[in-house]
Formats: sequence, structure tokens, C-alpha cells
Amino acid sequence: MRSIVLPGDLLATNPKVAGHGTYVENGKVYAKFLGLLDKTETSVRVIPLRGKYIPSVGDVVVGVVKEVTVNGWVVEINSPYMAFLPIQENPEMKPNKKPNDVLDIGDIIVAKIINIDPKMKATLTMKDKMCRPIRFGRIVAINPARVPRVIGKKGSMIKLFKNELGVNVIVGQNGLIWLNGDRRKVNIVEEAIYIIEQEAHTEGLTDRIAEFIKKRKGELENAGGS
Amino acid sequence: MQEEVKLIVDGRRLDGRLPDELRPIKIEAGVLKNADGSCYLEMGKNKVMAAVYGPRKVQPKHLADPTQAIVRYRYNMAPFSVEERKRPGPDRRSVEISKVSREALESIIMKELFPRSSIDIFVEVLQADAGSRTACLNAASVALVDAGIPMKGIITSVAVAKVEGVLVLDPMKEEDNYGEADIPFAFFIRNGKIESIALLQMDGRVSKEELLQAVELAKKGAMEIYKLQREAIMKKYKVEEVEE
Repeated sequence: MRSIVLPGDLLATNPKVAGHGTYVENGKVYAKFLGLLDKTETSVRVIPLRGKYIPSVGDVVVGVVKEVTVNGWVVEINSPYMAFLPIQENPEMKPNKKPNDVLDIGDIIVAKIINIDPKMKATLTMKDKMCRPIRFGRIVAINPARVPRVIGKKGSMIKLFKNELGVNVIVGQNGLIWLNGDRRKVNIVEEAIYIIEQEAHTEGLTDRIAEFIKKRKGELENAGGS
Repeated sequence: MQEEVKLIVDGRRLDGRLPDELRPIKIEAGVLKNADGSCYLEMGKNKVMAAVYGPRKVQPKHLADPTQAIVRYRYNMAPFSVEERKRPGPDRRSVEISKVSREALESIIMKELFPRSSIDIFVEVLQADAGSRTACLNAASVALVDAGIPMKGIITSVAVAKVEGVLVLDPMKEEDNYGEADIPFAFFIRNGKIESIALLQMDGRVSKEELLQAVELAKKGAMEIYKLQREAIMKKYKVEEVEE
């Protein structure tokens, strides 16, 4: 059982082990925010329980276009910071097209963060196989601190949704999740995601979700048969 | 001519407390759904509610600092919080309290992690007795932790008053009104130890020796409050953890 730590709690006296969610002062390692302590021989880190999404390079995010400019698109990514997608980074952009013919205000995209400057200005790209504009499906919003749980260990949760229900899931690191598939099955996945959000950090979560899906799938098939 | 009030009888105060005793405290974390972090706190007859939003986009935009987050703190008393109706809106007193409290919290918030953003703290006094600024700081501190804001530690605040020549911890209204001095403190606590003083105000006069004694008394009270603040947060998050 991982213990809960509060800001300022002493975690270690060796500054070499300091990991995410910690800070070092006078050679001592303290917790930076509220979270769960993950301590091993070689590292100490704090898994956040709350907090906003802060962009980081390499993250895949789901965002909404808020503004169209001559050079690209300003994208809201469910964070204190807006991100920018330059026209060069959108493969759909052709010389004879205007930016607002390709993406307009209110369009939703899956994009990847390629750069962040010290002023926290994030630059996006859509030159990645995961990235795409979204024109159908459903978006679900969750607490960004729970995102790793929805992905599961090495994507086990996403695989579960795909194999059991045939629902495609793209999880944005910013807490927005895109679901696509049969509408009734998407309903089940949405419910499952809310359960994961509620019960994150409890033991045997993947097994319980698998059971839940099996049960709901059975109900769906029975209802369809009668 | 006002009638003389005896504030200390046989070493006990008007409400039966010893000089170094706190008023009963109740803290509950995460009570507001819309806020990123929140806290409801009762300290004797004080009832306050704190809400924290952020880090979020700065509104209005021109206030944004490109190097670090800005912290805003609003201390506000509800019109019904005191016996006579308080005229709503900020006044000289609440603007001052907001400023000193903000500076106390700014010293522990890691602002440099969130350039161009704001962390907004709102504290509403629903019912006021004495020491509402200390109650508000305690509530704000719990709300900040609940919001997951990176901080060096926790702020805990308590006041000491001098009443009829005796230093008393956590004064109530009568002691504040008829006492000789009122000294609110806020401490930066890290890992269960008091690291530094984050706020110190004084109304009235005390000698140098008395001030030093007051600091010691306040430290003792602050440690008790710190434990309750911790418990309140643990209580909220333990429940979330042990759902099996």
C-alpha cells in the first residue's frame, strides 16, 4: 500500500534519488505536492492525486481549435496554457488551401507536443500516426492525474477496450479521451472510464474493469436478442 | 462609562479555556465541486470557506508574469458574518488582510513552475469571531494542498493576545476587543517542523520578552493546528484509496 504524502514531507536524505514530484533543499528530498509515495532503492517520486495538466514534450493531447491565424491554429488543451499548431506541422495543409479550410474554430484534433519554450508556449505537430482531426466519435473528460490508469500498464486498458468491445480509444495526456465505435459499446467504455477515474490507485483495477465490461456486454447481447 | 469585564478568572478564560488552549477546530477538505481545491474550516465561532483555482490562464491577460505564476488572494467577509451588517465589498481592512496573507502563501508556493498563469485563492468569512485571518490562512493552506499545487510545505496560522497581562493563545472576540494586544502569526511548516515565520502582525503593545514568549506559545498552537490540517486532507484521500 502506497502512503499519501503532503507538500514538505521528508522523503529521503540522498538527493540523488529525487524524482518527479519532489524538490531538494540542503541535501534533503521533500514532497512537492499531495500524492502517493513511490519509493524504491534508487528513486523516490510522488504520483500526483490532483492537479492541472501541464504540457510536456512528447505528450499526445486532444485539443479544440480556438483561433485560426495566417501561420496556424491556436489550440485549447485543457490546461492553463494554449498550444500552437503551425501550418507546416499539419500534413493536410496544401499551398492552395487557406488555414480555415483545413481546420476551423471548434474542430477537435489529436496532436503531439514537439516543443515547449521557457514561457510555456507549446508547439504541436500532426505529423504522427496517432494524430488526426476528429470528425466523429465521442470525447470524455477526466482528471488529468488519472490518465496513466486509463492507459493501464503498457496500454493494457486500451487493449481491453479494443479487444472486448471493438472501441478505439485515444487517450490525451491532458485528460481528454476520444472514443470511437458502436454507440452502445462506447457507452460502456465511457462508464468504465468513469469507474477508473473514481477508483484509480486501488488494487486489481484492470481485472475489475474486465469483469464490468463482460457483465455489461452480456446485458447488451441479451437485450438485443429479445 | 463601560462596565469592567473580567476576562480571566482563576486562570481560566471566559469560555473555560486555559491560556494555552485552542478553540475547537473542525476542518473538512474538498467541499466545493467547481473549485480545484477547497476547504471548510471552523475555529471556535469562526466559520470560513476557502476555494483555490489554478494554475489557470490569467484574467485579465495583461497581469500575467512571463517568468512565474501570479498568486491572488481575496479575503472577504459576508454581510451577515458580524453582528451589525457589514457593508459588502472590499474595504481598507480586508484589502490589507488579503495582501499580508497572500505574501505569506507566496513564500511557499512554487510559482516559477507555472509562468503566465495565476493561482487564485478565495476565502469567504461566513461567521466572524476574533482571528478570522488566521482561520482563513489555515483554510487556504488546506485548499491549496487539495488543489495539488506544488508547495515547499504548509502554512499554519494562529494568534496570540495579551489580556490582563497574560498571554493567551487563539483569542476570541471579547479578548480581542478588551485585550491589550493581538498578534497573529503564520508559520511555514515542513515535515512537521516549524521552518520560519511567514506572517507576523501586531495590534497593541507588548514588551520584547513577551513577544518572544508569544512566539513560543503560537508555535505550540500551530503544531496542534498543523496536525488537524494533515488529518483533514488524509481523511478525504484515505476514503478514495481504500475503496476495495
